[in-house]
Amino acid sequence: MRALHERNLRTFLTDVIRWNLRGSLGVQLFRLVLVGFMGFGVYAYSYQARYGLSVTGMNDIVSWGFYISNFTFLVGVAAAAVMLILPAYVFHDPDFHRVVIIGEGVAVGALVMCLTFILVDLGGPLQAWHLIPVIGIFNFPSSILAWDVLVLNGYLLLNGLIPAYILYSHYKGRPADERKYRPFVFLSIFWAFSIHMVTAFLYQGLPARPFWNNPLMGPRFLASAFAAGPALITLILAIIHTSTTYKIDRSVFNKLRLIIVISAIINLIMLFSEVFKEFYFPTHHSISAVYLWFGMDGHNSLVPWIWTSVCVNLLATLVLAFNPGKNNPKVLLPACLFLFVAIWMEKGIGLIVPGLIPSPLGEVVDYLPTWVEFSVTLGIFALGITVVTWLIRAALIIEQNYSGV
Amino acid sequence: MSSKKIKNKEIRAASLLEKKSTRRNFLKGLSIAAAAGSAALTTGCIPAADAASTEELKLRWQEFFKKNYRLMTQEEKDATVARLERLSKLNANLDVQMGSYPPLDGVLYGYAFNITRCEGFMECVTACVKENNLDRKTNTQYIRIFEMEPGQLDPSTGDGQYYHEVPVDNKFYMGTQCFHCEKAPCTKACPTKATWKEPDGIVVVDYDWCIGCRYCQAACPYYGRRFNWGKPEIPKEEVTRRQHYLGNRIRPMGKMEKCTFCIQRTRKGRLPACVEACPTGARVFGNLLDPESEIRYVLKHKKVFRMKEELGTDPKFWYFID
Repeated sequence: MRALHERNLRTFLTDVIRWNLRGSLGVQLFRLVLVGFMGFGVYAYSYQARYGLSVTGMNDIVSWGFYISNFTFLVGVAAAAVMLILPAYVFHDPDFHRVVIIGEGVAVGALVMCLTFILVDLGGPLQAWHLIPVIGIFNFPSSILAWDVLVLNGYLLLNGLIPAYILYSHYKGRPADERKYRPFVFLSIFWAFSIHMVTAFLYQGLPARPFWNNPLMGPRFLASAFAAGPALITLILAIIHTSTTYKIDRSVFNKLRLIIVISAIINLIMLFSEVFKEFYFPTHHSISAVYLWFGMDGHNSLVPWIWTSVCVNLLATLVLAFNPGKNNPKVLLPACLFLFVAIWMEKGIGLIVPGLIPSPLGEVVDYLPTWVEFSVTLGIFALGITVVTWLIRAALIIEQNYSGV
Repeated sequence: MSSKKIKNKEIRAASLLEKKSTRRNFLKGLSIAAAAGSAALTTGCIPAADAASTEELKLRWQEFFKKNYRLMTQEEKDATVARLERLSKLNANLDVQMGSYPPLDGVLYGYAFNITRCEGFMECVTACVKENNLDRKTNTQYIRIFEMEPGQLDPSTGDGQYYHEVPVDNKFYMGTQCFHCEKAPCTKACPTKATWKEPDGIVVVDYDWCIGCRYCQAACPYYGRRFNWGKPEIPKEEVTRRQHYLGNRIRPMGKMEKCTFCIQRTRKGRLPACVEACPTGARVFGNLLDPESEIRYVLKHKKVFRMKEELGTDPKFWYFID
C-alpha cells in the first residue's frame, strides 16, 4: 500500500490498473476467456462493418433485432442500481451502504453494453458524431431517441462519477463529503427511473406499432427491471461473498429477495393485464401478440421462446416468493438466475421482434439472428463483464484496505 | 504478386522520395495520409495501396465532414454535388449529372390512386426501380401492389407477393408507397434531423447525414422506408444518370431511403416514373395548390379515402373509386 502523502489521482488510476492486472491463475484464465470473446466479437463486427448489416438476420420488416433487444433489457439492469441506491443513501440502510458501490459498478457495466449495442446497430457508425450537439444536430426534444442518448449518457456519468468520488476520497484516506455528492445521488435516483421510462417511450410512442403503443409499457419496464436487475446483483454478491474476503451480510440477500419478489409479481400482473387485453377481444391491433404467442401463417419461431420464458418466470417467482429451501442459497440463487434469463428472453427478443411482425402491410416473416449477431453480442457481454469486474475489484480493495486509514 | 508489379511500385516509391520536399508538400502529404486513414475507416476496410487515388481520398475526406443538407449554402450544395459526381466517375467510371435544385414556388405535391383502374401489371414498380437506382441484389422496391379480395380495403389483408397473370377476375389491386404525410411520424423520430418534409411536401432523407439507426422505419405506419442493408448493386448500364442529391443518387451502405415522388423529375415539371409508366392511368399526380390540376379534380369529384386515417398522419396520397 502506498504511503498517504504519495497518493494522488495518477496513482489512483495506476493502482486501479495494477490491481486488476494481478491475480491468481483462475482470475487470469477468466480474463483470457473474456478477451477471447471480445476479440471474436471485434472480428465478427469487422465483417459487419465491411458488408453492412446485411450479414445480420434483420431486414426491412424486422428492422431491429438481437442488438436492440439486448440494449432494451440492459437499460433495465442499469436502472435497477437505484434499488440499492435508494435504501443506501436515502434511508441510510447500513447493509445496503456496504453493497451500493457494487450496484453502481453493475450499472456502469450495463450502460457501457447499452451504448455499445446502439453503436453496433447503426448502419453508419462513423456518422454517429452527427448526434453530438454543436458539431452535429440533436433533434431534441422531438425525437425520443435523442432523449435516450441524453439520459443514458447522463446516467453513465452520474453512476461513474459518484462512486469514483467516494472511492477516491477513501483512497486518499478521508471520508467522502456527503454534502458534495448527496444532490447528485438524488439526481441519479430520478435519472434511473427516467432512463427506463424514456427507453419505454421509444417504443410506446409509435402508433405505427400497436404492440408497443401501450401505456403500460413504461411501468412494466420498471417492474421487470427491478426484478431482473436485483436478481443479477444477488448473483454477483453471492460470487463476491464466496470468492473474496469481502463478506456480505445475510440480511442484504433477504432484503434483495423481497425487492425481487415484489417487482416480479407486479411484472407478472401487468403481463397478465396485457395478455388479457390482446386476447379477450382480439382486434387487428392484436396480430403481433397472436404472432408472438401462437404463431401466424406457419411462422411460429417465437412461440416456444415466449412460453418458455413465461413458464420459467412464473416458476422462479413462485420459488422466490415461497422460499421452499428456507433461505437455502442452493435454491434461491438458481431461482434468481432463471428469473433473470426469463426476463431477458421476454423483454428482449420477445418484445422487440413481435412489435415489428407482421409488417404494417400485414406481411409475416420470421427472424433469426446470424452468427455475426451472436458473436458481436457475446463480445459486448464480455466487455460488460470486464468493466464490472474491474470496477468492483478496485472498489473492494479500496473499501477493505484504504477506508479508515 | 508478379515481380513486374513489385518493380513498378518500387519505381513509384523512389520517384516519391526524389521529389523535392517543401513545407507545403509536407503538409499536403500529411493531409493525404490523414485522408487515407479516414477513407480506410469510412469504407470499413483497408484499401489496397494503389486502389484509391489521392484525389479520391481527398474527396472522401471532404465528404465525411460536410454538413446536413439543410444547413448548406447553395455554394456548399454545388460543391458536394460536384464531389459526388467526381467520386462516381473515379469509383465506377460513371458520368452522372447530379442536381440539388430547390422546390418550385407555390407547389405542394399530392398523389391519387384509382383502385378501379389498377390491374396489377406492376409496370410502375419496374419503372420506379429503374428510375430510382434501387438495389437489384435485394430487390428493393418502394411501391408494393396488393391483390385484394372484394369487400376489403386494407392492403394488409391482400396478397403482396402474387406471381400469376393479372388481372384476375373478382380481384382488385391497391398500391402503396411512401405517402408523404403532412404530419410524418418518421421525421419526428429521426434523432439527427436527417429526414424532413420539404416545402413542396416531399419527405426526403439526407443519405449522408443519416446514421442508420432505423427508428424512422419503426415509426412509419405504411412500410414506406427501405434500408440499405448492404451496398446497393445496380448494373452499370442500367444506372439512371440524371440524379438529385435528395433523390435517386446511388445510396451509400447503411442508410435509409424512400420514395421521393421522383424529386429529380417532379422538380423539373415532369411526372414521377410510376405515373408515367402506368398503362391503365390509375395514377394521378399533381400540384395540390393548383385548382386546375388533375389531382384537385379527383379530390373534388371522386369519393376518396386515405389509409390508416385514424393515425392522424395526414398522408398526401388518396385512393379513389371511379
